[in-house]
Amino acid sequence: MHEAPAEAPVIVEVRAVDKTYDSGTCALLGVDLDVRRGEFLTLVGPSGCGKSTLLALIAGLSRPTGGRLRWWSAGFSHTGGTGRRISFVFQAPTLMPWASVTTNVRLPLSLAGMPRAKTRARVEAALARVHLTAFGDHLPRQLSGGMQMRASIARALVTEPDLLLMDEPFGALDEFTRQRLDGELLALWSAQQMTVMFVTHSIHEAVFLSTRVAVMAAHPGRILDTWTIDEPYPRSDAFRVSTTFAQHAQRLSACVAEAGADALPDAEPAA
Amino acid sequence: MNRHRSQQALRVLAPMFVAIVFLAAWQAFVTVKAIPPYIVPSPSLVAHTLYADRVLLLGALRVTIGIALIALALATLLGILTALLFVQSRWIEMSLFPYAILLQVTPIVAIAPLIIIWVRDTRVALILCATVVAVFPVISNTTLGLRSVDRGLIDFFRLSRATRWQTLWRLRVPSALPYFFGGLRIATGLALIGAVVAEFVAGTGGQGAGLAYQILMSGIQLNIPRLFAALVLIALAGVAMFAATVLVSRVALARWHESELRHES
Repeated sequence: MHEAPAEAPVIVEVRAVDKTYDSGTCALLGVDLDVRRGEFLTLVGPSGCGKSTLLALIAGLSRPTGGRLRWWSAGFSHTGGTGRRISFVFQAPTLMPWASVTTNVRLPLSLAGMPRAKTRARVEAALARVHLTAFGDHLPRQLSGGMQMRASIARALVTEPDLLLMDEPFGALDEFTRQRLDGELLALWSAQQMTVMFVTHSIHEAVFLSTRVAVMAAHPGRILDTWTIDEPYPRSDAFRVSTTFAQHAQRLSACVAEAGADALPDAEPAA
Repeated sequence: MNRHRSQQALRVLAPMFVAIVFLAAWQAFVTVKAIPPYIVPSPSLVAHTLYADRVLLLGALRVTIGIALIALALATLLGILTALLFVQSRWIEMSLFPYAILLQVTPIVAIAPLIIIWVRDTRVALILCATVVAVFPVISNTTLGLRSVDRGLIDFFRLSRATRWQTLWRLRVPSALPYFFGGLRIATGLALIGAVVAEFVAGTGGQGAGLAYQILMSGIQLNIPRLFAALVLIALAGVAMFAATVLVSRVALARWHESELRHES
């Protein structure tokens, strides 16, 4: 059901996209990518390869300097025009420190002008999905790092997004918390039938989570290759220690290493 | 908890101890050296004068505090409005900020005579002078605060298609509060200083006379104990006003901001 077969409709189309910053840094060069409905697509690669830049472009937070993007085959207006929703989870929880968890989670709904009475059920449902029901009245600082991240995910889920973009969401957490949240995220992805684009620099995390992995290289940022992780869901902790997991991780490692090596000649002065 | 309470007690007792030692030394010095009260009055004589001249001095204190408080309120209002204007665009800020600095670096003693000439009502003139002195920290701190917003939250508001007004009211204003209160603390002291200094220049008299006038007159009449008593009142008023702003900021920020959190360890 979540295999996201090749014929699943393309929801985001990235064609020959370049992004050059005003400083002259070329963050992305000639990126092509199709995001298909229902897939869990992960971007991995060395730092500076433009993973986050690509995610910000897809979110509509910045515009490409070349090429084009299409959302739901409907052109540039990606949320207003098509009624589709994109949510974003950042590297940090980015919660409002002065507001309770409930108010933080309600934020996207209240910004959209939804009356408070109507939001209650949705906020409660979102909190329940990330196991924070008992913490609605707490302030962010009263929660652990992992719980803050779950609150941030609840805030992203409350709009029932069609596409969830996550930019190294668990990068700052310890390994145990990260593994637990990875598992919870997969369960949410199954239950919500949404599409997830996930950025990480952890190969193991990429293998564990994804239906497909795009490996990126730096200088300039580009996509080297995409891999399908053809393993059934739900994926348990047993999958982490299986031989197939190790094989996938090894293949991916080799590819990422190649991506790093690829950048070397560029970094050294021409002979 | 117990430890916290003893900390709290120390916070009150330690400065009190310093005051007692200081006053005792002062009293002893004046008595032993037989220094005449028109040079340095003893603390007991100052206390006695404070009581004997209470009607005159408290009346003057009321005038000065009234001017300082109105000036503080005006400075807060004008400061916030100016800061809100500044953050609307970099162009506005770049064009106007130098003039805010100009206002800040020009000594009030130099512009007070002008204001007093232009504004007929002395009380209004004094309020204006004190406002000019107090407004700058509110402007600069609030502007800084309105700009110091978490980058990620700004992006989140953009993604949620928040209006300019929503971003201002629900994100920038709460983020700016700690900075604003920092500015308010400075402005409180400046408003009082402004009220006193302006009165020195204006030279009021009769009904509307504040503490500065009393100090001036006491100096001319060599009534040094009364001069000291007036100084004590100004100092106490300043401390009280400062404490009030600290309290307000504590109530407003206690729940979430680092500066007001009691770290449990």
